[in-house]
Amino acid sequence: MFERIMVPVDLGHAEKLEKALLCAADLAAHYGATAVYVGVTTEQPSSIARTPAEYGEKLAAFAAEQGELRGIATDSKAYASHDPSIDLDPTLLKAVKETGADLVVMASHIPNVADRFWPANGGSIATHADVSVMLVR
Amino acid sequence: MSDTSDDQGIPAPEGTADIIDTDYTIGQDNIETQIGPFGMDIHNPVFLISGLAIIAFTFYTLALPEQAGNVFSWLFDSVTKGFDWFFLGAANIFVIFCLLLIVTPVGKVRLGGADATPDYSYMGWFAMLFAAGMGIGLMFYGVSEPMSHFSSSFGGTAVGEDGVRTDWAPLGAAAGDELGATRLAFAATIFHWGLHPWAIYAVVALALALFSYNKGLPLTIRSAFYPVLGERVWGWWGHIIDVLAVFATLFGLATSLGFGATQANAGLNELFGIPVGSTTEVILISCITAIALISVLRGLDGGVKILSEINMGLAFLLLIFVLLVGPTVALLTGFVDYLVAYLEYLPALSNPVGREDVNFMQGWTSFYWAWWISWSPFVGMFIARVSRGRTVREFVVCVLLIPSLVCVLWMSIFGGAAIHQVLADGYTAAQEASLELKLFKMLDALPLTGITSIVGIVLVIVFFVTSSDSGSLVIDTITAGGKVDAPVPQRVFWCIFEGAVAIVLLLSAGGLSSLQSMVISTGLPFTVVLLIMCFAIWRGLLAERRA
Repeated sequence: MFERIMVPVDLGHAEKLEKALLCAADLAAHYGATAVYVGVTTEQPSSIARTPAEYGEKLAAFAAEQGELRGIATDSKAYASHDPSIDLDPTLLKAVKETGADLVVMASHIPNVADRFWPANGGSIATHADVSVMLVR
Repeated sequence: MSDTSDDQGIPAPEGTADIIDTDYTIGQDNIETQIGPFGMDIHNPVFLISGLAIIAFTFYTLALPEQAGNVFSWLFDSVTKGFDWFFLGAANIFVIFCLLLIVTPVGKVRLGGADATPDYSYMGWFAMLFAAGMGIGLMFYGVSEPMSHFSSSFGGTAVGEDGVRTDWAPLGAAAGDELGATRLAFAATIFHWGLHPWAIYAVVALALALFSYNKGLPLTIRSAFYPVLGERVWGWWGHIIDVLAVFATLFGLATSLGFGATQANAGLNELFGIPVGSTTEVILISCITAIALISVLRGLDGGVKILSEINMGLAFLLLIFVLLVGPTVALLTGFVDYLVAYLEYLPALSNPVGREDVNFMQGWTSFYWAWWISWSPFVGMFIARVSRGRTVREFVVCVLLIPSLVCVLWMSIFGGAAIHQVLADGYTAAQEASLELKLFKMLDALPLTGITSIVGIVLVIVFFVTSSDSGSLVIDTITAGGKVDAPVPQRVFWCIFEGAVAIVLLLSAGGLSSLQSMVISTGLPFTVVLLIMCFAIWRGLLAERRA
């Protein structure tokens, strides 16, 4: 049913994504799909990497590690953004198209009053993406 | 299985760069917490100290306005008068240093690594650095500064009983000489808006861009000190540098917001008869902050970049309009003539010692240099943020020479039109008007006054929105320890805080001018900071060449 499952990841908070990662891996194994890990970094040095290229390498290593751990096919794609605090949603929507994903599995927090002002990234992707989106809370 | 070799959504390979080997991880001193429903990611202790210090200073000026006024005016006088030679000498060093960067082989180093590609087109890049750098000042001083220097030069020199000159004319003035006074007025104005201020911005911006993009250090002011302080830069030395930068940026913005509101208010009064007063100004600051908030929420590309481009377009239209309906030929020949006058008077105007024109040198030049320097952390950091992918030579040419030329063009057309009105038509309204009204009075004598005045007010307001927006971005990055992806509510917080401080100071007697003195005073320690930055840039660039 699905061939490419996009999994947005924040390498700085990978421990908080465990449920979503496991869920995506199970779905990938079930459908024989490739899990594509997508990360968005800054062009300036960040807590994860000091250049966008280094970030790309770290994301690739993360994808390879997930592939080995879960026994699934993986891929990765890194994006650098001018202003990731604001541009995360449009960048992820672009990634949905460019990775050829037919399902997005992503972690999202439990909604609170702040979501009235700043909609969660997961909610925003689900609203605007053409493909199925599964939010894991 | 993983395949990323040719499928990266990131810019072209970075190529060789000389990454500094440090154990420090960006964000390692940060506190990630939840305040109510909002997530925060702030640097400890820079965020807290900056916030508390700003609140403390604001309360001090409110609680003891008279004492604060005295302290600050004493500080202001000591800094601009006691250290005039230091400001003038240092600014000369910055210009020479920047010109050296253009002609020496280090100019080939590319910001972001040998193979990095520019993030922004020339147009977008130029619009942003110009809007952040001095857009608003051009609106305020475009007519008023040449006019002031013209009047004082034409009036000639005057000497007090103590033998010290009491006039405000630059150099030896040009008593009774219309042409001489005009040329001297423009030389002095261009001197204050040309190479020197942009060299100050270029030094800070280049230091930040180099140490962030090429050396892999966080995008904060302290990173430029790594070659000098080593690992100590992550401790209290660095905290002090960053707090100072936040302090100068926030108060610089708040005072400018206050003064900008008075100019917009004056314009609205002139045009629509809207009363001049603190109520109108508070409403104006609230509106500017609200628009800035929308811009903040739209991000760098969707907010400040678009606004900067719109404003550049509008400013260009206004410039062309004044050029065409004004004395076109006189203004165009004036441009060349004033540029020549600038180069002719440059050595004398930039001489730091043995000057007779003390009022001009201390009250204008020294004040301006301190003002540009205190703004440099903010403007420099913003320019750095949008300049990845440029070579050092391209960077310095574009940050130093092109804006200087645009300033010459702007001043010679706006100021030239106003002075022409006085000399050729005997229309002296602009000459006699208060500082914030001179632009509108000059436009009054041209056709379509209603439309051009509205454009003028819109330009003033939008330039403030872009300053407020980019300022919030810069303060947020510094107080998040160099993280540019900190949660958005933090940026919103700084934007509102800035507006609130401006309103509180506007409502207190003398609050704004006291704080302006405070901001100017931060120019002194920052001059030392900038001199050290020149040394750091040079060492950093040499290491890049070897990498």
